[in-house]
Amino acid sequence: MAERFTVAIVGSGPGGLSAAGHAAKLNVSHILLERTSHASDTIYKYQKGKLVMATPDILPLRSDFDFKLGIREDILGTWDRQLKEQGVNIRYNAEVTGIKGAKGNFQLTLADKSVIEADHVVLGIGLQGNLNKMTAPGAELPHVQYQLDDPDEYDGESIFVIGAGDAAIENAVALAKQNKVAIVNRSAEFARAKQGNLDLIRAAVDKGLVEAYHNATPVRVTANSIVLKTADGEVEAPCNRIIARLGATAPRKFVEGCGIQFPSAAPSALPEVSATYESNVPGLYVIGALGGYPLIKQAMNQGFEVIEFILGRQIEPADEPLLKEKFKGLGPVAVNDVLARIRANVPIFAELNPLVLRELMLDSTVHTPKPGDVIFKHNDYSNTFYTIVDGEVEIQVSPDDPKQVVVLGRGAFFGEMGLIAGRRRTATVAARTNAVLIETARRTMLKLIASNAPVKREMDRVAIIRQIQTYMAPNTPVESLMELAETATLQRFGKGEVLFNQGDPGDGVHLIRSGSVTVSRRIGGRDMVLNYVASGNYVGEMALLTDAPRSATVRAAVATETVKLDGEAFKRLLAHDQRLSREVETRFRERLENNARMEALPEAGSIIEFLVNQGVGEATDVLLIDESLCVRCDNCEKACAEIPSHHGMSRLDREAGPTFAAIHVPTSCRHCEHPHCMADCPPDAIHRAPNGEVFINDSCIGCGNCQRNCPYGVIQMAAPPPHKPGLLSWLLFGLGHGPGEDKSLRHVKKEGVTKHAVKCDMCKDVEGGAACVRACPTGAAIRVDPKQFLTLAALR
Amino acid sequence: MHESVVVYNRFRFLKAATLLGLVAIVLYAWHDPAGGLPNGGTWLGYGLGTIGALLILWLMWFGVRKRSYGEGHVKLEAWLSAHIYLGLSLIVVATLHTGFQFGWNVHTLAYVLMMLVIASGAFGLYAYLRYPRLMTENRRGLTLTMMMQQIADADRDCRESSMQLGEEINRAVLQASQDTRLGGSMWRQLAGRDPNCATLAALRSIERLAEKTSGAEASALRRLVTLMTKKVDLLRQARRDIQLSALMQIWLYVHVPLTFALIAALVAHVIAVFFYW
Ligand SMILES: Cc1cc2nc3c(=O)[nH]c(=O)nc-3n(C[C@H](O)[C@H](O)[C@H](O)COP(=O)(O)OP(=O)(O)OC[C@H]3O[C@@H](n4cnc5c(N)ncnc54)[C@H](O)[C@@H]3O)c2cc1C
Ligand code: HEM
Ligand code: SF4
Ligand code: SF4
Repeated sequence: MAERFTVAIVGSGPGGLSAAGHAAKLNVSHILLERTSHASDTIYKYQKGKLVMATPDILPLRSDFDFKLGIREDILGTWDRQLKEQGVNIRYNAEVTGIKGAKGNFQLTLADKSVIEADHVVLGIGLQGNLNKMTAPGAELPHVQYQLDDPDEYDGESIFVIGAGDAAIENAVALAKQNKVAIVNRSAEFARAKQGNLDLIRAAVDKGLVEAYHNATPVRVTANSIVLKTADGEVEAPCNRIIARLGATAPRKFVEGCGIQFPSAAPSALPEVSATYESNVPGLYVIGALGGYPLIKQAMNQGFEVIEFILGRQIEPADEPLLKEKFKGLGPVAVNDVLARIRANVPIFAELNPLVLRELMLDSTVHTPKPGDVIFKHNDYSNTFYTIVDGEVEIQVSPDDPKQVVVLGRGAFFGEMGLIAGRRRTATVAARTNAVLIETARRTMLKLIASNAPVKREMDRVAIIRQIQTYMAPNTPVESLMELAETATLQRFGKGEVLFNQGDPGDGVHLIRSGSVTVSRRIGGRDMVLNYVASGNYVGEMALLTDAPRSATVRAAVATETVKLDGEAFKRLLAHDQRLSREVETRFRERLENNARMEALPEAGSIIEFLVNQGVGEATDVLLIDESLCVRCDNCEKACAEIPSHHGMSRLDREAGPTFAAIHVPTSCRHCEHPHCMADCPPDAIHRAPNGEVFINDSCIGCGNCQRNCPYGVIQMAAPPPHKPGLLSWLLFGLGHGPGEDKSLRHVKKEGVTKHAVKCDMCKDVEGGAACVRACPTGAAIRVDPKQFLTLAALR
Repeated sequence: MHESVVVYNRFRFLKAATLLGLVAIVLYAWHDPAGGLPNGGTWLGYGLGTIGALLILWLMWFGVRKRSYGEGHVKLEAWLSAHIYLGLSLIVVATLHTGFQFGWNVHTLAYVLMMLVIASGAFGLYAYLRYPRLMTENRRGLTLTMMMQQIADADRDCRESSMQLGEEINRAVLQASQDTRLGGSMWRQLAGRDPNCATLAALRSIERLAEKTSGAEASALRRLVTLMTKKVDLLRQARRDIQLSALMQIWLYVHVPLTFALIAALVAHVIAVFFYW
């Protein structure tokens, strides 16, 4: 007969552990099922000696287990001790393979086919999934590993990396600095990896830094060699370490198998849960990273709370004091009353579940401006989102004439363009009356939009009209634009995809709302780039004005979103609006001229094409080096390392990176329009400063996600090197390394310190701006905004 | 694409330096010292001398400024542009200061040292304007580290494919491998090529042998020749790279020590003038 419990908890991460601890404390019959032979596998796999962060600092911990900032080993040790002390019923090596049944009668099947029954189930399996293992004989030998903590740890070894995904490529390239490395790929090409990594591995293979075996699979492993099956038969090669990076199976399939639904097919989608963490299957709860809360402390709090909820008790959420503090400016009102008022006044938030609304408010600020107070200015680089709970604001739509305003009232929102196109603010906004505004972080809003279809629909509707007005027809009254706006559709294009081809019939205009495009024409059998067009502009009007087929091909330079407007409706609008018609005509003529000049200057077009292929199109500020001036003195790198807040580490690698027509793109942050690095940072440590610099603040927990997500390889995980003797000690006594970075220190292993993500912050706190550019004696190093640089005027 | 130090800010410092030179020449032509010939002892001589000495001190300060990373709002490029043009203007200022009176003394020594510093600076400027582009062209997308790596690989391939090719060839290839030299002394770096390149010598002798063989051995030899040629080309490319980067640095090892010699001579010159004139 199967064992039976009130609660079965799956996964002993911080979430599951804390849930089991609370159940034990309350004498609730429970079992904690863990797949591996130890508790909390995700944390167990952290780098040895990692300093584990207890972010967010302000959130109080609510758990029967202890947790505070500390070293991985101490935290795991404490938890193991507390597991025993508190009498938690934990079963190791118990992987749950399926969950069936309903509230009051769930059956959990384990990998060994035994079954456990429970009234309620708590899923805390995190997001790491199942690592795929090597199957060849010998794979159990100790030098076969599935993880690489620190590539600098290995020196002079002969290493085989198995796999051709991002992790395998990154490991192979990083290890190749000090080891003899080969990479083993099952298929004929590296195809599964992101572009930046493809470039890296191809370059490394071309240059002989990494040896590649394609169409090859390992068949046997011995203590000092590996046998591969290749197209030319079996090959045996000496090898003293094997790193297999075969990917992991995401937990989604398992979770869906339990009957839990996901709101969308996107790989980032997570199951939706109620305010009590219950999924769409009654009695089946989801907590921790799988429920969308990617930090340890949040997971532990949820573990505690979920047991309370299962017992039918209502408890004050842990964030209550934080919200109270947030709402202080509104006077002595209860948190729930404020939340109710927000829900009543702001339509886009009306339908949110209480948990989501609270979470949203935690990442928001409440403002109470007085009439005339400026909320943000035209050209600011902020990208937060505002909703109006009470009062009115005015948007100064024309930068030249502050009188020309649009008034927004209760329930409306503004600042949404910052969410879409990571560029500067397009207008100044000021309070018109006493007002209550909520300012929400960009990331939080994006998460909400991604997981909530009605919010997205409403925001798109309003945003389209505003974008037509801002980018295309600032002087046309909104009413006249309604007909055109009705025809609008949102279109998405991946990098390199075509908006329209030369010779196509001209059926509409594309307003680029995020990303950027290149315009090219076939000349002499070859595509020649004539122009680069950034977001906030439109393309495709030429064919409409001349009633001719498309005269050029337009391609997305980076992932791009456009508002496509119907051609006929656009022409009707022009027929009515003389002023707009003149403006469009002027732009049309300018483009004709530009195209004619560019055709005479194929070099400039090739440079644009090269830079766009390097991803410069999505940069807001990129470091370029004119190699016809660069004397390779590395003063730029030295200056970077010498900035006090850079702790002696240069954030740019001058020599690395491609060169074309003497323009060199060094490895250095481009401060992307939509920073990929920001996408998945658990403590939300990556931000954009008011002048546009993308920077990482002190709350970085060192998880390495940003490093993996940046397609340009500009983020390093590094611990600060030891204190360096000053310039004088070096000059007089020869102490230390002299100006610049001592790169040999990068390979020194440091115990008990965590690596943090470091990257270029464009010297945002240094007076005078980017040190690299200021320190270049020959003027070779320049920082440019592609909007200005990828033009005829700049490239001539 | 953008400006070099020469054209920096529309020749702003060229204009300043020219103005300084012209004013000095006009004053020199116009002033008519009581004692007959113009020289360092007249009011104009003192004036030009002071300006010259201050300029030299300021030009030296560039070495300090270059290492004050992150400080100061002015780009280093502006400093260098000014350094070059005002440095050149010294030719006029200091020459007029001498009043064309030269001799075998510490005063003329200071003058000569100064002219040498300026000459070395002028070469440096030439180097900065010419070699960067040559370096990029020579590199063809590789860095020196990558070239080294490829040379090592090519070397290994050569040795492997010479294994079955008989004692003589085997020895030649091995010898070439052991005698492969890159960099080394200053002169070798600057030479940019190695007239006694061991790999090239081995390649030549293998080619001679190849002419005499046929059949399977000939095709194995052809393969070896291809590999050796690749290595020779890589070596040539790497030596050129080393040469160019040496050329961009070597002159500073003249410019800076001479600057210190100049300062010493200048101090001696000033003391001599005020105490023994
Ligand atoms: C490198 C790195 C560094 C990080 N650093 C920090 C930090 O410093 N501070 C911080 O707050 N957060 C950090 N995080 C995030 C943090 O680790 C996670 O948010 C947290 O571990 C999530 O907890 P969880 O309980 O949801 O799931 P997890 O901790 O992922 O635990 C899931 C557990 O479930 C088990 N399991 C999975 N499937 C099954 C199954 N079918 N049957 C049985 N058991 C199963 C797993 O073996 C595992 O033990 C970091 C993450 C990474 C990757
Ligand atoms: C008496 C006159 C001059 C003095 C005392 C002087 C002194 C110096 C000093 C001290 C440096 C710093 C070197 C270092 O620390 O790396 C320097 C650099 C330099 N000087 Fe001069 N200089 C003089 C004239 C000139 C002239 C006339 C030219 C050009 C025509 C010139 C071109 C340069 C250049 C190109 C650099 C190198 C910049 C760099 O790479 O950082 N100098 N000089
Ligand atoms: S670190 Fe971020 S902003 Fe910088 S290049 Fe990478 S993704 Fe873009
Ligand atoms: S400081 Fe300027 S000249 Fe020196 S290496 Fe950097 S870009 Fe080249």
